[in-house]
Formats: sequence, structure tokens, C-alpha cells
Amino acid sequence: MADSETMVAAHAPGLQHHFDNTEQQLESSTLGMWVFLLTEVMFFGGMFGGYTVYRNLYPDAFASTSHFMNVAIGAFNTGVLICSSFTMVLAVRSAQLGLKKMLVLFLLLTLLLGCVFLGLKYVEYHEKWVDHHVPGPGFHYDDARYARQAQILFFLYFAMTGMHAIHMVVGAGLLTTLIVMALRNRFSAAWYTPVEMIGLYWHFVDIVWIFLFPLLYLIGHTR
Amino acid sequence: MTHQVVPVKVYGAVFGGLLALTATTVAVSKLDLGEYNFIVAMTIAVIKASLVVWFFMDVRRSSSLTKLFIGAGFFWMAILLVFVLSDYLSRGWLPGARWL
Repeated sequence: MADSETMVAAHAPGLQHHFDNTEQQLESSTLGMWVFLLTEVMFFGGMFGGYTVYRNLYPDAFASTSHFMNVAIGAFNTGVLICSSFTMVLAVRSAQLGLKKMLVLFLLLTLLLGCVFLGLKYVEYHEKWVDHHVPGPGFHYDDARYARQAQILFFLYFAMTGMHAIHMVVGAGLLTTLIVMALRNRFSAAWYTPVEMIGLYWHFVDIVWIFLFPLLYLIGHTR
Repeated sequence: MTHQVVPVKVYGAVFGGLLALTATTVAVSKLDLGEYNFIVAMTIAVIKASLVVWFFMDVRRSSSLTKLFIGAGFFWMAILLVFVLSDYLSRGWLPGARWL
């Protein structure tokens, strides 16, 4: 008994007892999180693969759809996500320094920017709905030559941006959890691993959008 | 924990770079460069993603094991795209499959 108490006392602050040291603890979390993120890369990779195949089969039809994408909102949303990644690294940095108020502030800003993104996404989806660009029986495309092929693009558009938006909603939930944990003083300069890991997730979702934006909005813009 | 704190100006510079590259990709998309529109757009996207991975996700200070995993993951993704394209892009390159 006395032995184990000495052991506990010897622990670095924030170190869980089954790890040798804080380096190993952080390494395990980081590696595990990246393995998860790589399964996500594979998951989105399948959809990017599908997009690649159909874009090669129907380049003109796909290029014609870019006129119906709201580039202004898409570009603004790209900026919003980059800002949210910036506030997220600042949140992690605040956690590293043990600045609780700054941590909560930057997490709230990140959450707010995520909500701005989702709000603008709703505006875009509503535009598509009004224009009959949602795949299905109500789909209508002005250029009759490309009607069937354009529907494939809009299907991919909704599948890819929709899955991305679901990841954003999950991220917003994770950020809310972090804010609650931070307010309950669960983090310290010695232990803030969840902030760092959810930061990785948030940046990954940003990266998916970095590829979706040019592929769906900008390709074929000059035709 | 074990990592040293990164100065805000490093993050700020990366942030500014990402915004500048976004503006660049939108501007370039309005020029007619033919096939190069796609190449430029994807190059910029890859640079932006690399900046996020390297600085914001702090892979530059991750262990070699983590880097190996990440490299393997993206290599697998490359296999997916390259093998799919080697099929779809090469269809019709050879006159009818007469020897079959």
C-alpha cells in the first residue's frame, strides 16, 4: 500500500498511471487520433474517387453545373473555416499555457464560426431546393443535354457537402463538450489532451472542405 | 505537456497564407487556362492542406511513427485514385479488344 502511494506521488501531474511518462501518453493519444482520422480519409476518399470517375466521364456536364454554385458563399465559408482552424490552434495554445478564460473564449469563437458555416450551408441548400437542383423526381436542369449527368454531380454535391456538414455538427457537439469541461476546470497546463485531439478532428474537417470547395464550386468556371 | 508553445505569429503567418491562397484560387478560377485551371486549383488545395497538417495539426513535431502512419494513409488514398484513373482514363486508348 505504501508502495503504491509513493508511486502515485511520483507521477507527473496529468499522467495516467498506465503510461511510462507524459511523452508516451501524448504519443498514444496522437497516434490513435490519427488512425481514426485516416479511416476518415478513406471514407471521404471513396466519395472523392466517385467524383473523379464521373467528372472524367462527363466533363462538360460537370463544368456546366459550376454556374449554379454560389461561389461567393463557398469562398466566404472557406474563409470562415480557416478562421475557425486559427481560433482552434489558439485554443490549444491557451490550454498549453493553462489560460482557462482564453481557452473558453477561443473554443466559443470556433463553435460560433462553425455555426456560421452551417447557417450559410443551409442558405445554399435552400437555394438548390428552390432551383429544383436537388436530385430526385423534382430535379430540373435548364440545359436538357446535361440533365441526367448534372443530376449525378448534384447527387455528389449533396453527398459530399452533406457528409462534411454532418462532421461539422459532430465537431460543434465536441466543442460544446470541451467548453463545459474547460468551465469545470478539467484541463490544466499539465493535461489538456482532449482539446488537442478534437483540434486535430476540427482541422481535418477543414481540410476536407479545402478540397471540396475548388472541386465543386470552381471547376469549369470559365466555360 | 512536452511540446514547447508555438508563438502566435507562426500561427498568424500560416493563417494569412491560407486566406491568401483561398483568394488566389478564386481569382485564378476566373481566368481561362484550359486544363491548367484544374491543376492550379488542386495544387493550391494541396498546399493549403499541407499547411494545415504541418503547422495547425502540429505534425512537424509529431513522432516518426505518427508521420509514418499519416504517410501510409495518404499513400493508400493515392493508390485508390491512381488505380481508378488508370482504368477510366485509359479506356478507348487501344482499338477494340480484338485479341480477347
